[in-house]
Amino acid sequence: MPGKLKSPKELEALHKKLAKGLETDKARVSVCNGTACRPYGSNPVVEAFKAAIDKKGLADKVEFKVTGCHGFCERGPIAIVEPGNIFYQKIKPEDVPEILDKTVLNKQVISRLLFKEPITKAEITAQADLPFYKNQRRIILGNNVRIDPTNIEDYISIGGYSALAKALFDYQPTQIIDIVKQSGLRGRGGGGFTTGVKWESCRNAHGDIKYVIVNADEGDPGAYANEGLLTGNPHSVLEGLIIGAFAIGSHQGYIYVRNEYPLALKNITNAMEQARKLGLLGKNILGSGFDFDVRVNRGGGAFICGESTALMASLEGKVGEPRAKYTHTVEKGLWDRPSDLNNVETWANIPLIINNGADWFKKIGTPTNTGTKIFSLTGKVNNTGLVEVPMGIQLRDIIFNIGGGIREGKKFKAVQTGGPSGGCLPESMLDMPVDFDALTKVGSMMGSGGMIVMDENNCMVDIAKYYLSFLEEESCGKCVPCREGIKRMRQILNDITSGAGKESDLPLLEEVGHCLRDSALCQLGGSAPNPVLTTMQYFREEYIEHIKLKKCRAGVCKDLITFSITEEKCPDCGMCVKACPAEAITAVGKRKPVVLDQAKCIKCRTCYEVCKLGAVKIE
Amino acid sequence: MKCVNWGLLRLSELVTLSINGNKYTAEKGQYILQVARAHGIKIPSLCNLDAVEPYGACRLCIVEITRENRKRIVTSCLFPVEEGLIVETDSPRVIGNRKMLLDLLLARCSENKVIRQLADEYGIEKSSFEKEYWTKENCIVCGLCARVCEQVVGVSAISLVNRGITKGPASPYLESAKACIGCGSCFYACPTGAIKMEDKEGYRYIYNWRIKYKLQKCTICGIEWAPEKQLEYIRKKWNLPKGFFDVCPNCR
Repeated sequence: MPGKLKSPKELEALHKKLAKGLETDKARVSVCNGTACRPYGSNPVVEAFKAAIDKKGLADKVEFKVTGCHGFCERGPIAIVEPGNIFYQKIKPEDVPEILDKTVLNKQVISRLLFKEPITKAEITAQADLPFYKNQRRIILGNNVRIDPTNIEDYISIGGYSALAKALFDYQPTQIIDIVKQSGLRGRGGGGFTTGVKWESCRNAHGDIKYVIVNADEGDPGAYANEGLLTGNPHSVLEGLIIGAFAIGSHQGYIYVRNEYPLALKNITNAMEQARKLGLLGKNILGSGFDFDVRVNRGGGAFICGESTALMASLEGKVGEPRAKYTHTVEKGLWDRPSDLNNVETWANIPLIINNGADWFKKIGTPTNTGTKIFSLTGKVNNTGLVEVPMGIQLRDIIFNIGGGIREGKKFKAVQTGGPSGGCLPESMLDMPVDFDALTKVGSMMGSGGMIVMDENNCMVDIAKYYLSFLEEESCGKCVPCREGIKRMRQILNDITSGAGKESDLPLLEEVGHCLRDSALCQLGGSAPNPVLTTMQYFREEYIEHIKLKKCRAGVCKDLITFSITEEKCPDCGMCVKACPAEAITAVGKRKPVVLDQAKCIKCRTCYEVCKLGAVKIE
Repeated sequence: MKCVNWGLLRLSELVTLSINGNKYTAEKGQYILQVARAHGIKIPSLCNLDAVEPYGACRLCIVEITRENRKRIVTSCLFPVEEGLIVETDSPRVIGNRKMLLDLLLARCSENKVIRQLADEYGIEKSSFEKEYWTKENCIVCGLCARVCEQVVGVSAISLVNRGITKGPASPYLESAKACIGCGSCFYACPTGAIKMEDKEGYRYIYNWRIKYKLQKCTICGIEWAPEKQLEYIRKKWNLPKGFFDVCPNCR
């Protein structure tokens, strides 16, 4: 690795040298080794590639790259072979020699490993042609497939840190703030506050010592967009942070990463070390005279520490409890000093804005919601994964074009955005544009980018109860409405789902919900009733069915359903008999329908799931 | 935020605000609750005490403010006053929320006298929540005991532990609080009588923190007037001579 870079010229020279290395005729294989691909077995695939390249002596014919998350997690482990942009999915170690022999050496496509369109069964070869990728705009995540996140040279080879050089030498700090303001970038952590304005307030706040902080405490169930970015392209976040620090006038930064993200921790720590060695972090960055360094702090597993004031309390070594934000953190934040906290994704946008200009950024998205947003698309869609879309795209596009529609051809019921305190939106709202303002208007929120799709087999009352249970656990317990209110709402929902609901429960739920919105100390409490209030607003009939008819139409609430065997449909295959953990189903003789003992049945749904003939009925 | 009043030289700015339609002058940086109380305007609160920093846990002191034509609910114990601020302490929205907060507290502290009395003031007969879920807690987790112990006494013998619904004040590891000096500040600060303290047979007991400390006997009148540990703490802190506290304040 080269020594410290002392000027932007030296950085440019290094970039040119490394970029030249990319212009070879070598074939390139990049394998995703992100957090989602690993449990699917990407590690053995990586090892198999390394061993096979070694064995076949292909080291000078193929460049092999282990990268961060590619996004299409549903199909992992995945690899892209260049030239040709060939996308292989669900790769096993035994496929590796064939990929090298056929595709890399002889440019043949292995159709078995290609993605097949679920409905038409058509094979798609190029990654860029996949509906999952085609409909996205991957300005931030796109580089994940091109670089090895553990190697700073990869990042520099694609133009990394050039924005930093530009910021330090071509602009005054206030000019950078102006550019960020003009770009219209809004905080990606959920609030949607204009980033440039926040920076400006922090710059203008009274005090010599200021801090910049990366919020990487992404705790929403099902969300992992920040993880994908921090593990896949840690330098982009770091570069954004240094630029921000220069603009604000800060010399010390903090990255608060949740401890449940070991790979992100490892990669960002490694990235910092490499940046320090190259003189991109530390004293006199690139010879500019600007000093800035960063520390990584690990979270302790509390959801609330994603809230800015609680995060800062935690950084100070105190209990992670929020405080009232009547005095903003940009004036009095960490150790009572002006502090600017932004989400991982917000920071990663900065180098792009500096390099391409505010006007370029503004062209993406809508006038009031510029740029792109990364969502963790999960739940009952065919293509789960990390998707990056321009702001203002319709929910329908994300779920049906990118997500490939609902699994097993079932019917869409709701989509939940914004994590546990977001709202559940019904089908009638699918044509709504996805932006900060529109989502807030209908009772949901952007949050940090969770998007969970639900189908007809999800009970909306049960979903609301699930989120409340999560928040009940994760509430810090400081203020009365959040601590007591969430618990009481959860108890009411428990009653409703167990058949003990009363009609007076609904207005009471609304009353508690509105009290939380108005009077809770922080946004966790203030937004906690969202799942309840939105499901009550858009799926009220389900609540009424639970209360009046003691029925759960989705067949989820155990106390309201019974399982039975439809005798005409049961051929006595014995699948359910074997699968039943409570031994409630018995075979009574050859070709006679099985018998289900209601007294023993624990309503676990196993028989329903295993029966291929639809002989198990839920009522 | 504290204002400095240095003889005739006043280093703080004055602002004019309106509370319930009346105009008041206050020092910038004062909190709404302070200003309101100074003028005899009643705002209920449980977790606020002049001796410690405001905390904002009970939320009963919420008020409705109007700023730039937008109405908003804020916590008066934490919101600093500013020029032109319009405050309503008993608007329908405030009352509605306050009632729900009391309703929630009543379900938690179903037999507590202080909460009962506050609920009566707001016309709440009984909690709206299912009776079978009511609990008989006395503690509302306002944290005053721990905050007083830290900010006033300076020993931090107790703290709030756990989170969410299980949060509450406790001694370290739920064992006898070793750093406790037995001063009883927590007992006096507690707004709901959740701390059980007793002086009997020559000892002070604070049952919540599992402590039992010997009381000092006045060598003149024989009254047991304070825990020995507390007096020793004060003696050392102020560098007082040995035997300084042998006599009680009344006999001195």
